[in-house]
Amino acid sequence: MKPARSLVLIEIEEDSLLAGAKAVEQAFSDAIKEQGLDQEVRVAETGNLGIIGRGVVVVIYPEGTTYVGVTEADVPEIVSEHLLKGRPVKRLQVCLGPCMDREKAGIGLVRDQPRIVLKNCGIIDPENLQEAIGVGAYQALERVLTEEISPKSVIDEVINSGLRGRGGAGFPTGKKWSFTAPGDEKYLVCNADEGEPGTCKDRLILEGDPHRLIEGMILAGYAIGAKKGYIYIRGEYSLAIGRMEKAIEQARANDLLGEHILGSDIAFDIEIKKGAGAYVCGEETALIESIEGKRGYPRLKPPYPGQVGLRGKPTVVNNVETLANIAPIILNGAEWFRSFGTETCPGTKVYTILGHAATPGLIEVEMGTPLREIIYKYAGGIRDGKGFKAALIGGAAGAFVDEAGLDVGMDYDSLRDYSAVLGSGAILVLDEDASIVELLRGILNFFAHESCGQCATCRSGTGRLVDILDRFCSDGNEDDLDLLLRVARLMHEASFCPLGQSPVLPIESALRAFKQEFLDYTDVSMPV
Amino acid sequence: MNDVQLKNPMYAELDRVIDSYRDAKGPLIQVLHRAQEIFGYLPPEVQQFVSQRMGIPPSKVYGVVTFYNFFRTVPQGKHVINVCLGTACHVKGADRVVEILREELGIGIGQTTEDRQFTLSAVRCLGACGLAPVMMIDEEVYGKLDRAKIKHVLQQYAS
Repeated sequence: MKPARSLVLIEIEEDSLLAGAKAVEQAFSDAIKEQGLDQEVRVAETGNLGIIGRGVVVVIYPEGTTYVGVTEADVPEIVSEHLLKGRPVKRLQVCLGPCMDREKAGIGLVRDQPRIVLKNCGIIDPENLQEAIGVGAYQALERVLTEEISPKSVIDEVINSGLRGRGGAGFPTGKKWSFTAPGDEKYLVCNADEGEPGTCKDRLILEGDPHRLIEGMILAGYAIGAKKGYIYIRGEYSLAIGRMEKAIEQARANDLLGEHILGSDIAFDIEIKKGAGAYVCGEETALIESIEGKRGYPRLKPPYPGQVGLRGKPTVVNNVETLANIAPIILNGAEWFRSFGTETCPGTKVYTILGHAATPGLIEVEMGTPLREIIYKYAGGIRDGKGFKAALIGGAAGAFVDEAGLDVGMDYDSLRDYSAVLGSGAILVLDEDASIVELLRGILNFFAHESCGQCATCRSGTGRLVDILDRFCSDGNEDDLDLLLRVARLMHEASFCPLGQSPVLPIESALRAFKQEFLDYTDVSMPV
Repeated sequence: MNDVQLKNPMYAELDRVIDSYRDAKGPLIQVLHRAQEIFGYLPPEVQQFVSQRMGIPPSKVYGVVTFYNFFRTVPQGKHVINVCLGTACHVKGADRVVEILREELGIGIGQTTEDRQFTLSAVRCLGACGLAPVMMIDEEVYGKLDRAKIKHVLQQYAS
């Protein structure tokens, strides 16, 4: 088969599938055949392009022309105009004129993003190993094997890079690896139980570039001396589970996983475990319990999983985004990684921007990028020309940031100084009409529902928080708000795991910036 | 009891599933996933069967089943509607979606229609926040819901 003149990439992910991406793909194949172009034009699937809520997204290379909201009816026009006559269909295009470079593709969301983790998402066909290799997959692994880089050197490189865990806590990844106790049997666990409300960044990586995660896991396993890795994926992520399973099979068939990776003596294999819907399982020891087939009750720490983890063996649990950073770091070096982001938080961060943003979506920008830039430059500002009220950063276990916080740099340390957290990287944008009180009620209900029940502080406390705020909303007074804060602070001190320690964040931040709104509140009763 | 049950093709299939996990470590949750696919829910008899065949105390099986949101112990309607009440959907009016479904179907969250066609339940975030507000009927996700769309979707399932 001779190389194709043009490539039509169709975004296949959960959102676009609903908008009819499969039908559009079929229509492209049919129309291209009809025009006799099937020898010159190839149609392929790709993962999420980071554009949310714009229907079916299609990119045509080599021009890099991006079309949004494509329907079956549009296909004949695109084929006859663009592919046959070379004239882009402007009404569907989001960038006028040819853009050779995807970074310049003209969509606010994609433009100017320094993409490390999402580099290949939306460029390659995630179900095709050759395409992944074509854009550099497994090069870092090859480098480690051919240059005989020792596990310790891999750990040192990651320590020097300053990479911090992207799951929320921001603990230095290399240090976590180096704390692993010695032993013959160790495990690596990838936490893909993305349960923080309003977060879907890991799904993008799992669906869009599965081999990057596999490579990162092999390297991490090699570094800590684990021969077995698990990916714990939320049960709801059926497309992601399917793509990961396929990628793992491809990797096994090509000696990238197994007893002798690329002919070496290094062994590593990966198994997928499906989660069953429990928010608390995002906590690493609860996740380990769940993999063991038990209720997801968090364990007492210490001992940390690095000493006593899965089945009592030393175990490292890393987030998907963290592991997706490993291969680029090993390939390009710690210095290169440090050229992104801030001194204490190098690298980039993937954010899920939702709520009242004009163009919600997933973006990857350098650590330390101010919230203002993220919302106004990358997410197009507030929809319908409304004013900004607040953003909830980090999901339910996050904090409200008001206008005064728009210029705070988004990284672990700057946000902590502002009594907020980066968390999972969820940014819920709220316009001037949003009700902080109702939102907080929703969040507290969420915690009450998801409390695992193991410790009394959280089990009773989360319920009390709901009761107190409900009472305040129906006929309460300012004392209720003080009590709310007192209970949440007590829970922060006395709860067993981060779930019960978290409600204080949204409560404290909401009351700090929006106390007047609470006092002015009149009940519009929320169904539970 | 096992012999009688094994004549039932659903139990026979579950039996094969459990066999296939014989060498796996900690497979209870994975087995329950498959059991729910086979039976539609996890009644006490099925939990008992899993317990006996896997050599895990029934209390432990029950403990796991009731811990995870995904597992059900009561029969569901033919179609299960999961309305997302996550924060992103909440801001986009998930409560209105519940209200419209209540008007259309006459049931609230956790209930099943009398004709056993629909069960209404709530989930916390389906991870499809870009489409908020969303609901999932069986395996299909429907987003950007309003009254017209909800009515239209329900009609497709009513039969």
